[in-house]
Amino acid sequence: MYAQGIITRVIGPVVEASGMGGSTMYESVRVGDEALIGEIIILQGDIATIQVYEETSGITPGQPVQRTGQQLSVELGPGLLGTIYDGIQRPLTVIRGFSGDMITRGSTAPALDHNRRWAFTPLVSPGDTVNPGDRLGSVTESTSVTHYILVPPEGDGRILTIADTKDYTIEEVIATIQTDRGIIKVSMVRRWPVREPRPIQRRRDPKEPLITGQRIIDTLFPLVKGGTAAIPGPFGSGKTVVQQQLAKWVNADIIVYIGCGERGNEMADVLDEFPQLHDPRTGQPLINRMVLIANTSNMPVAAREASIYTGITIAEYYRDMGYDVAVMADSTSRWAEAMREISGRLEEMPGEEGYPAYLSSRLAEFYERAGLAEPLGKHEKLGSVSIIGAVSPPGGDFSEPVTQNTLRIVKVFWALDAELAYQRHFPAIDWLMSYSLYSHTVDSWWEEQIGEGWSRKKQEMMEILQKENEIQEIIRLVGPETLPEEDKLALIEAEIIRESYLMQFAFHPVDTFCSPKKQSLMLSAIFAFFTWAREAVAAGVSASEIRSSPIFPLLSRMGPVPAEEEEDLFSALFAAVKEPCIPVRGN
Amino acid sequence: MDPHARTYTTVSKVVGPIIVVDDVRGVAYGEVVEITMPSGRKRLGQVLETESTRAVVQVFGGTRDLDTDRTSVRFTGEIMTIALSPDILGRVFNGIAEPIDGGEEVIPEEIRDIYGSPINPTSREPPHDPIQTGISVIDGLNTLVRGQKLPIFSGAGLPHNQLAAQIARQSKVTGQEESFAVIFAAMGITYEESSFFIRDFTDTGALERAVLFLNLADDPAIERIITPRLALTTAEYLAFEKGMHVLVIMTDMTNYCEALREIAAAREEVPGRRGYPGYMYTDLASIYERAGRITGKPGSITQIPILSMPDDDITHPVPDLTGYITEGQIVLSRDLHRRGIYPPVDILPCLSRLMQGGIGEGLTREDHADVKNQVYSAYALGIRLRGLVAVMGNEGLSSLENEYIRFADLFEDRFIRQDHNEERTIAETLDRAWELLAVLPQEELKRIDPAFIKKYSRTAKETPDA
Ligand SMILES: Nc1ncnc2c1ncn2[C@@H]1O[C@H](COP(=O)(O)OP(=O)(O)OP(=O)(O)O)[C@@H](O)[C@H]1O
Ligand SMILES: [Mg+2]
Repeated sequence: MYAQGIITRVIGPVVEASGMGGSTMYESVRVGDEALIGEIIILQGDIATIQVYEETSGITPGQPVQRTGQQLSVELGPGLLGTIYDGIQRPLTVIRGFSGDMITRGSTAPALDHNRRWAFTPLVSPGDTVNPGDRLGSVTESTSVTHYILVPPEGDGRILTIADTKDYTIEEVIATIQTDRGIIKVSMVRRWPVREPRPIQRRRDPKEPLITGQRIIDTLFPLVKGGTAAIPGPFGSGKTVVQQQLAKWVNADIIVYIGCGERGNEMADVLDEFPQLHDPRTGQPLINRMVLIANTSNMPVAAREASIYTGITIAEYYRDMGYDVAVMADSTSRWAEAMREISGRLEEMPGEEGYPAYLSSRLAEFYERAGLAEPLGKHEKLGSVSIIGAVSPPGGDFSEPVTQNTLRIVKVFWALDAELAYQRHFPAIDWLMSYSLYSHTVDSWWEEQIGEGWSRKKQEMMEILQKENEIQEIIRLVGPETLPEEDKLALIEAEIIRESYLMQFAFHPVDTFCSPKKQSLMLSAIFAFFTWAREAVAAGVSASEIRSSPIFPLLSRMGPVPAEEEEDLFSALFAAVKEPCIPVRGN
Repeated sequence: MDPHARTYTTVSKVVGPIIVVDDVRGVAYGEVVEITMPSGRKRLGQVLETESTRAVVQVFGGTRDLDTDRTSVRFTGEIMTIALSPDILGRVFNGIAEPIDGGEEVIPEEIRDIYGSPINPTSREPPHDPIQTGISVIDGLNTLVRGQKLPIFSGAGLPHNQLAAQIARQSKVTGQEESFAVIFAAMGITYEESSFFIRDFTDTGALERAVLFLNLADDPAIERIITPRLALTTAEYLAFEKGMHVLVIMTDMTNYCEALREIAAAREEVPGRRGYPGYMYTDLASIYERAGRITGKPGSITQIPILSMPDDDITHPVPDLTGYITEGQIVLSRDLHRRGIYPPVDILPCLSRLMQGGIGEGLTREDHADVKNQVYSAYALGIRLRGLVAVMGNEGLSSLENEYIRFADLFEDRFIRQDHNEERTIAETLDRAWELLAVLPQEELKRIDPAFIKKYSRTAKETPDA
């Protein structure tokens, strides 16, 4: 039993207590008569400052604070997938079972089901020498995911016993290992402190694209397995829709979706929709390979601060088994604001716009937990964690501290633009402002796997968009009359790229996902049309005749065309551009 | 007398709406405080910060005649609550739930904490029942659904009250006759504005199924912190206990935020953007997130908060943080208003995020989503070209471009514009959109499934001239 402290002060989510000598930073504590969960965030002599993960009204100075001797940590083991947790890993479905539709204070339950039995298959034998990260055995966690039980970090040694192929609860000992420091017992559940990255063997440079099925992302601003991306934009510009699209379609093995300080209805939507959606690769419900963390905007703000760490720790756990994990954090700005709010209560010296001075280092630490890694242990497979963070800049102004500090770290920037969203051009990713530092890295994958000439078309596409911008500038200055036909054609080309390629409605049954093959086919069709049109214009056809050509509307059908009509459409397109265009009248 | 209650006369400091009380013991965070002023008048307060022997209290109703010698402060040991019963319907209260309609206090069937508890996200039922407001810009392009929070972003002098009243009056879910209630929370609006609503509710008979909480411009500003919470606690009771569909209108949220800022300033907190506290997002979320539906329960809470954008600036913290929490926004435009168009809704920045789940076959009509997308893109282009013409005249524009401009003009006149009492069905609204789209060549309707074009499109001849 640890010593008890006494509460001396309560201000919102922050509590101070005396008599806390001997505690450690980030130790988890129980606050007040109702034993609310809290975490020590400042220690000064025997005074501890604690952030409390629940509503603190009614808490009174004089009430006790109980230490636990443990850092704030998550429970890791089979049963995480398909579960929805709050920011400190309380299982929300279980809590609803006993506390009802509203989350009442002090409701807690273990994160994993400790009574459920899992069919364990051993992968080692007694006498084997093992190192941390080696696979002791596996269970089928969901029909799409095999969960490996790994040797814990302190587990170098020799296997003494290993469980037979049978059903076990996560608490039962499935292996004993003789180490230098004595015998350790291993069960299927582990705890890990959330603020500490899980160890790996070494980092590797990411190079394989993370395919999202969203054309503007895969083609122009690609992400890689193990990469980092930020998606800033004003309210209503499409951050959440993009994150949800990625959660649905990305070719990762595991998805960790963190709803950090956002809307309850959005989480309800995910819970409603994802069990019914089937993973295109495994045919299983998507929810079976997903962990949801929901700490909505009206849930306690300190737990919002923790939610990001809870999510990333779970992601690392699956990475260590050799999986590709994608983490969506919506929104990292709410996380930063939670830090600011706590920091404000502590009366810390504020940095820029009231954010604590450690904002940039916290953001960097978080994104640094992404990467392509050789996990500990003997298995060959690499694991990766990719992070896609939404950023919600006040007033949509990207010069603010969270956006700026994030851009310093991430490699991909998808800038959402309010004007595009107003015109219902979705995804509202601004093609002139966004970038991906992985763009060249993935070129060879596309050239080899999908089709030659990819990177050249991609490059030309950017040039056309750039040119459109310049011509628009000229029109603003001198009007449209004097434009040469070539420039008028360039505008038409840009319009085709924007409306028939970059635009993609998330809610359209077909166009919601576009395979790399289809992306390549669409690009080929578009460029075949461009060649045809350029030849025609050179031969005296006017740009407005090109625009009223019957081929033009076919191009905008490419994205939404139903699979069974796809072949006909593309054949029609390719056939049409074989015939040269004849000028109608010479107007 | 409550055994937890303790009385002190040790006020050591009064700053703005805040007092500090010394030599106290065992004061709980969030506790309700009753303050007796030298004159004998009483005020309510709430603990914002508590230490072993000191408490910081926010005083509702202002601190003007408080002093540090004779003022006595009673800590009640209770949290802020409201008395509820079905009889609350038809009643009018001030901003702290005291009856001002001459009636008795409500005999409570239940007493509830006004801060409520967050809805467990797993208990939420995603909203998808479209509400027909009878207003084309809303129903056609930014459909409201039951359980949504959809604010009106307005500005001084714009007809947001008329629009909100029209929504309250006309809203219905087609094919369903269920019990319906309106809760109206006024924060710092003028007597005239509030009497406009009361008159409108009275004329339409809505008053019997309404509950009003009125904090007017000359009422204490700090009380505005609790007014919306009283309204929403009442709404939760009626919706989730009594199974009613509740529409909550809250106006003006900008005044609410001013009150928050005042408290933050008095506490010398580090200010965030434009002096508003850094926790304003979280605070507003604790209000707006109280909209929704709960699985297995018949009722719903739909919120229409109204806020005025200072300087018509949508990036001001109040509209900005609101937009980041709510499920879309209806934005009023001074330009359309000047041109005499009611409702003066600028559709481009408007959004209803729950629309896609509430429209389509079986809910509204199969072509709804495509029509909406097409109208948006055509109007956006029309407006852009109109801007171009304003700078350099019509020359050089193609006939197609001129048709887009004509579309934008007709659209404002025939689709956006409607009468204060005019009610259009959703089908009428969509048909009207098709009539206007007929101004454009059919090949231009790239966002509409060709099958719908075949089924619904009109020929341009049917389009009446503006
Ligand atoms: N790819 C898309 N396809 C179709 N519609 C989209 C797409 N992206 C966004 N939208 C539309 O824009 C709306 C707002 O998008 P979303 O909720 O993702 O915004 P957000 O940037 O997350 O806003 P906030 O910061 O307020 O959470 C959606 O409800 C939808 O109507
Ligand atoms: Mg969002």
